[in-house]
Amino acid sequence: MQRRHFLKNTMATGAIALAASSGLLVPGSVLAAWNKKAFDAKDVQSALKGAIGTELTEATDKIKIKAPQIAENGAVVPITISSTLSNVKSITILSEKNGTPLIAKFNLKGKSEAFISTRIKMGKTSNIIAVCESGGKFYSARKEVKVTIGGCGG
Amino acid sequence: MAKKSSIKIRAKAKNGVVTVKALISHKMETGLRKDKKTGKVIPAHFIEEVVCEHNGAPVLEAEWGVAISKNPYLSFKFKGGKAGDTVKLSWKDNTGKSDSLETKVK
Repeated sequence: MQRRHFLKNTMATGAIALAASSGLLVPGSVLAAWNKKAFDAKDVQSALKGAIGTELTEATDKIKIKAPQIAENGAVVPITISSTLSNVKSITILSEKNGTPLIAKFNLKGKSEAFISTRIKMGKTSNIIAVCESGGKFYSARKEVKVTIGGCGG
Repeated sequence: MAKKSSIKIRAKAKNGVVTVKALISHKMETGLRKDKKTGKVIPAHFIEEVVCEHNGAPVLEAEWGVAISKNPYLSFKFKGGKAGDTVKLSWKDNTGKSDSLETKVK
């Protein structure tokens, strides 16, 4: 498996190099290779472990998840995560019952505020988990969203 | 540029805080759906990373999975920006395709 990943990554990097040399600017050089293991994980624990290096998070009320109580269309669920924690370094979003729970990780650099708004897909009714990294610790909050039509597969 | 950019981006400054709103046109295929006619699985095709820079310095680096909706929307805020600064957004997908767009803070 490891070797296969290696090959795949090398090929992808090659493509980036090609794009870069043809004058396109790509973010590839800024980030390390895409975290395939975490995004492929089938349960919340291993997804968390892959994304942030630990599965232990402290529940807090300082993270606010704004999401609809009932989402009619699971393919497009608007969510907003904000936090009053100081110095938030990253925000990770998971949907507990998706086939692969990890949705996205946002790394905030220096001046960014703890605020992210986006739209996600949800397979079925599930908790949304938001994890914020602050001062070397991980804090989490969750909120249930009811989904009437799933957005994965279909 | 002959082709229209896949990115639409707006950045607005208010009291030193810049709010960036962006829309990317991308199909974000999960790799789980099947083509109804042929019954074959449609291969995954989605954005893996998004980077946003303010005056050339990164302010946000995002890693995305397939569970970000089709034609992704993203909004975030950062401090220390003012009107006239540049904000640049770039993305790269799992097939190596990429795009970027620069705008001025209003």
